[in-house]
Amino acid sequence: MWGSNARETHPIFFHHVLKGVRAGARLYVVDPRRTGTAQWADRWLGLNVGTDVALANAMAHEILKSGLENREFIDRATSGFEEYRACVEQYTPERAQELTGVPAALIREAAHSYATSERAMICWTLGITEHHNGVDNVLSLINLALLTGHVGRYGCGLNPLRGQNNVQGGGDMGAIPDRLPGFQHVADDAARAKFESAWGTRVPNIPGWRLNEMFDAMGRGELRTLYVVGENPVASEADRSHAEHALSALDHIVVQDLFLTDTAKMAHVVLPAAAGWCETEGTVTSSERRVQRVRKIVDPPGEARDDIEIICDVARRLGHDFGRPTAEHLWDELRALSPMHAGMSYRRLEELGGLQWPCYDESHPGEPFLHARLWETPVRGPRAPFHPVEDDAPVDLVNDEYPLTLSTGRRLDSFNTGVQSGGYTSPLRRGETIDVSPEDAVRYGLRDGEDARVESRRGAVVVPIRIDPTLRAGNAFMTFHFDAPSNVLTIEANDPKSGTAEFKASAVRIQPLTHSLAAAGG
Amino acid sequence: MSVAAARPAAEGVTLEIDGTELTVPRGATILDACRSMGVDTPTLCYLENLTPVNVCRVCVVELEGSRVLVPACSRACEPGMKIRTDSERVRLSRRLVLEFLASSVDVSLASEMQRSMIRYQAQPERFGSAAAPHAAGERDRATPGHHHAPNGERHQTVEQPVKVDNELYVRDYSKCILCYKCVEACGSDAQNTFAIAVAGRGFDARISTEYAVPLPDSACVYCGNCIGVCPTGALMFKSERDMRDEGTWDESRQTKADTICGYCGVGCTLTVHAQDGEIVKVSSPMDHSVTRGHLCVKGRFGWQFVGRRDREEV
Repeated sequence: MWGSNARETHPIFFHHVLKGVRAGARLYVVDPRRTGTAQWADRWLGLNVGTDVALANAMAHEILKSGLENREFIDRATSGFEEYRACVEQYTPERAQELTGVPAALIREAAHSYATSERAMICWTLGITEHHNGVDNVLSLINLALLTGHVGRYGCGLNPLRGQNNVQGGGDMGAIPDRLPGFQHVADDAARAKFESAWGTRVPNIPGWRLNEMFDAMGRGELRTLYVVGENPVASEADRSHAEHALSALDHIVVQDLFLTDTAKMAHVVLPAAAGWCETEGTVTSSERRVQRVRKIVDPPGEARDDIEIICDVARRLGHDFGRPTAEHLWDELRALSPMHAGMSYRRLEELGGLQWPCYDESHPGEPFLHARLWETPVRGPRAPFHPVEDDAPVDLVNDEYPLTLSTGRRLDSFNTGVQSGGYTSPLRRGETIDVSPEDAVRYGLRDGEDARVESRRGAVVVPIRIDPTLRAGNAFMTFHFDAPSNVLTIEANDPKSGTAEFKASAVRIQPLTHSLAAAGG
Repeated sequence: MSVAAARPAAEGVTLEIDGTELTVPRGATILDACRSMGVDTPTLCYLENLTPVNVCRVCVVELEGSRVLVPACSRACEPGMKIRTDSERVRLSRRLVLEFLASSVDVSLASEMQRSMIRYQAQPERFGSAAAPHAAGERDRATPGHHHAPNGERHQTVEQPVKVDNELYVRDYSKCILCYKCVEACGSDAQNTFAIAVAGRGFDARISTEYAVPLPDSACVYCGNCIGVCPTGALMFKSERDMRDEGTWDESRQTKADTICGYCGVGCTLTVHAQDGEIVKVSSPMDHSVTRGHLCVKGRFGWQFVGRRDREEV
């Protein structure tokens, strides 16, 4: 588990991990914090925030030095190995110890354990992706799987644990700037022609904007109108003040949501929506690519309506009659256009309790894992490329003025900006805090429960201090679940490829507010 | 996670149950065999998604050649076994288990157990009237070796005030038959939190947090998996308990349907129970490969926002 606190953020997935641990699987947890997940590990690799590439490259270095690479797999199914070897050559475990803070002996042990296991899997979450070099981080893990052949086989592979119930489905349905449903590229003329013929309209062949590019376009005045469905960017975007400024300059904002969120409060029109998971029919796709049915069990309140009805009525007002399709009609249209979904009829989804894509026809059982083609002889399709990547420190510089690295993340009983999870009373919930290590508490005179002013180069918030012995000196932690807007602190340092901001590394300083008398003595 | 690796077809085991010969897969329990041939076998401490702990003894059957009755839920079938599930000895044993439990525990919400009591003509009332209820916390303080023997005039009871120490759960140990299911679900069978265990000995045995502290001071993470497996209503969602106390809980007016949790990306199946157009409870199917019937605090309780939405103006 790398950069994932699944014990708290994916609890039922972690039940399965624990079954494995109890059956003798070895668990290594790579995380700057000694999380609830790390507490179940055979070994915890507590690395410095943002040094994941250095650690992964050093593991590769050790695997190669010990001759533990899977030469057969590298030769048959990969490309770019020599460049990769040259890159990781410089990452000795000793150098990585300097960069990451993880003892060289532990890096070696993890490398040997991973490489010599019959089956091994790497799972990660936002600890890997919420960095300015998040894509590099992911590539460094992919490289490890290619080096050892731990991919394309049952019980192996690379698993990004999805944080939201349908974030996988959103991408699958084409909510990615350069993709049509089923990951068909917008520049693919044949794919586009198929959609144009089904939809009776022209589909642009140029990619759209990613979220961060949209905000840039707002700043330039090129994007004037925004239609926000089920997202709360005012609270969830890095550098909140910047996001609010960009949104407030727009001509027109439409928000379609369950609640009057912080973003909806800025909207010119709010369209109340039904709760997808219990007030509408449809499907969602889980982290394991499993398409499953959601069902309407209760009626939406007041004037709230199914997203499908709202969108069709908006289209009608704009002069396009989409008819009055049911969720199943739309799904069948998708099946006709996206080959990887073709075999997933509602009838089969009901009978089988869901199906994992790809599922090409109605006799196809779905695929429990991907990339088996890499083990076929000859390998079907292109070779899997190694991508040499280099260590690259977080953008927000830690110095004497801002000495701590703040990461944001989730807690067990809450979710994202708290729009949904705020609806129930949890005995575990203690509101927002700035969590610091016992060492830093001593060093900066911070006392548990007292208010502190947390400042970054972008903004400041006042929250209570919580001393958390699972944190290492130099690291601080906040959530983004509560009214105290932690995103005024975070930095909009986006990965150039994914557009994801570096939520895991903001340089901050913490000043206690309630016992400044201590300083008066000196 | 979901699709099991193809396993070789298991060899069969042939045995005889109530004079009928049958073949079951190797590793099947006597309970599995009984159920496969439609022999109704009562269980209290057994559940498909938990490891059997063999404490309730209500599923016992007579095995030829065995001195004692054997628990069907955990005894694996062996070739040539001859089993009787409805002998006088089995019926008596099951009846006594049910009578002892029902005489000391409030089993009014244990519907499965009620059916078994009718079937085995259990008459817990034949033990006379119950001793006085225990004061709050009294049973929690019982120390091993200090139990006073009853005088025989009144039968013992576990009756005590309900524990309400948080907004999500209530624990009504007047209804607890000590089946251990909650302990297993909180422990190594699912949640691995170990907030509760069995404390005390003999009739003083009870389910307890460490040092009997209130739940908010314990290790509990409010996944509700203990409630999900409780067969007697001793553990209950506070929202359900409140409705029951108000007299508004009415399962005959409830519908339920399966959907997928709206929080993280694991894709847990939720069975949503609704009454009069409002969600009143969430559970999960025990045979679902993702959840095995177990959920986290968000899946179990996070639905409450649905009924709390303000109307917004278009």
